[in-house]
Amino acid sequence: MALKKVNAVIVGAGAGGGVVAKELATLGLTVVLLERGKWYSAADCRKDDLFNQRTQVLGAKFGPDDERNPRVAVDEQGRESIVYPTDGGYSNNAACVGGGTFSYGAMAWRFMERDFRMRSTYGPVEGSTLEDWPIGYADLEQFYEKVEWEMGVSGDDSGNPFKAPRRKALPMPPLAPSREHQILLPAARRLGLHPFDIPMLRNTVPYNGRRSCMRCRWCVGFACEVNARTGTHNTVIPAAVATGNCELRTDCMTREILLDSQARATGVAYYDARERLQEQPADLVIVCGGAVESARLLLNTKHRLFPAGLGNRYDQVGRNLQSHSYSGANGLFERETYDDLGPGASIAICDYNHGNPGLTGGAMLANEFIRLPYQFMAQVPPWVARWGQEHKEFVRSAYRRTIVVMGPVQEMPLADARVQVDPKVKDRWGIPVARLSGGRHPHTIEIGRYIAGKAEAWLKEAGAVQTWKRVPGRSLSGGQHQAGTCRMGTDPKSSVVNANCQLHDVDNVYVIDAGVHVTNGGFNPVLTILANAYRASEQLLKAWKGTKVMA
Amino acid sequence: MGTGMRRRTLLEIGVSAVTASAISCARGGAASPWRFLTMAQGQTLEAVCAQLIPEDQDPGAKDAGVVNYIDLQLSTRFKRYRPVYRQGIAGIDEASRTQFGRVFAALTSEQQLIILNTTEEKDRAFFDLLLNHTRQGFYGDPRHGGNRGMVSWRMVGLPFPPVRGRQHYETQAG
Repeated sequence: MALKKVNAVIVGAGAGGGVVAKELATLGLTVVLLERGKWYSAADCRKDDLFNQRTQVLGAKFGPDDERNPRVAVDEQGRESIVYPTDGGYSNNAACVGGGTFSYGAMAWRFMERDFRMRSTYGPVEGSTLEDWPIGYADLEQFYEKVEWEMGVSGDDSGNPFKAPRRKALPMPPLAPSREHQILLPAARRLGLHPFDIPMLRNTVPYNGRRSCMRCRWCVGFACEVNARTGTHNTVIPAAVATGNCELRTDCMTREILLDSQARATGVAYYDARERLQEQPADLVIVCGGAVESARLLLNTKHRLFPAGLGNRYDQVGRNLQSHSYSGANGLFERETYDDLGPGASIAICDYNHGNPGLTGGAMLANEFIRLPYQFMAQVPPWVARWGQEHKEFVRSAYRRTIVVMGPVQEMPLADARVQVDPKVKDRWGIPVARLSGGRHPHTIEIGRYIAGKAEAWLKEAGAVQTWKRVPGRSLSGGQHQAGTCRMGTDPKSSVVNANCQLHDVDNVYVIDAGVHVTNGGFNPVLTILANAYRASEQLLKAWKGTKVMA
Repeated sequence: MGTGMRRRTLLEIGVSAVTASAISCARGGAASPWRFLTMAQGQTLEAVCAQLIPEDQDPGAKDAGVVNYIDLQLSTRFKRYRPVYRQGIAGIDEASRTQFGRVFAALTSEQQLIILNTTEEKDRAFFDLLLNHTRQGFYGDPRHGGNRGMVSWRMVGLPFPPVRGRQHYETQAG
């Protein structure tokens, strides 16, 4: 049974989909926004330290649920296993209105100019598909600014000499410095580094009708109890719905994109909240499911002209899956460092994002988010006994005396780090599930070791009496910062979408999420996803002629 | 009094519900205080957890109700770990009997440590699972059946209840 036709159906109400819905609906296009998860609110902050999006031992609070959403993971030895959202190796990102932005830490970074030109800056990296983006920082600058002012970003990067040029300062000041901030700031300066206040999608003063952060300890992973943290769920999505042109449908799982005989999209087929199959006709299909699920949807859309999946003529869909290889160090101090003030993360340096001798890129370094006691288990150093009296004594004496400095190391993309659809395993709705395989490039790990050493040096200068590094292993990288699977580019043989985020082969299907990122910067990617969604929406609307986009 | 009547009725319903579920599931057995674990399994597990997080000047896993946390989760979210627990606990008691002639809970502390060190080496998967669950039950939220009286949060000096809505601008230098 077909529903009433609309101009655009958007699959996924996360960072990208939320922005696109608002931009299109505001200009008068009729929009249906499909989300497989639910619409949570500030009231859903249960402050449950074992059942949230960060610590999932009793479940992923904001989805997806284990019961209906398996995937297949293949390790580097080729062993495959069925994995669930709460397992490592699943590459989970939240499934709810707002997507990851509902429960994230909310760092709001602009990428640097060189992050869009990694290949021309550093040259090829053996074994990696490292490439330049088809767009540059200058193409995104005005849209970064638009996110910062429309959605609201706080912080102060005026002390960061490495940042790309910006026309306007951030609209809100940073939070007052925490104790960790006060310890790390003079140490960074003594080392000749350039510390500054992290930009965050977080109200520090009342903004856009929402109040400011109250600095509680239930931050990343939780719903913000006072609605001070900013995501698409409390900004652009309500704005889209308020236009009267956008209908948000939750608990709706999209099965495939519907195509006519020439493989142009006519809409999507999805299972509604009561698991009935529905067909939503539309002039445009905009895929915003995140790097894993967007690739899966394209691959599950088969056609005579696209037997291996929509837009996959050259076997590019699902490749180059990447994220960030978090690297850094823990430091144990003699004095107390814990002040019970959220969000915790507040001070950063960009001294090691680029220009590291012999290395292709690097990472921003920042202090970590506030940690609850169970999370502290991961910070016990390797030389302390894993259990018994010694372990307990360490936790008791060290909980309030540690600082963690970490950075999201930019990864070297790999063609074999990929999303496919599994030939056998299906989800609750009978849809073939994502099959994840591959690993990390050795140079990524090399950069991680270097960055961890820099974090350690900063902590030592700050007075840490003991330090220990954290460097990732070789296993596949994904998770909340997942990116790269629907690469943006000019050559259809080595990319999936063009610079406007339109499939090379099908002009009325778009992918607008981190899947299009060619590389993922040495930063949390959300501001870039949001800015690119504003940019792609503007390109789309410029070409919009009533029922279709004109080339 | 009306309220007294209501309370008594609720209490009776509560008791009969517990009895009914114990009979219908028959997991822990009629004599067991646990939902899933048998009396004997519960005793072994309590002794193991008490070694993983021992009592000192602060309560340890036993008084924090860690086994209650594990038993509750094995009845709900951790159902898939039931066979692992059955086998793992049986393995610990068997090793104890073979080596020292008694079940684990009846051994001296030194003997228990010997058994646990061997288990950590020989049955690493179960040991790590149990260690993680023990930490969750001790350091996690009391609503899930462990960390009774917020003992671990008091131990690490986590202010509770937290001060709400504060801004702490007084921490700003100058």
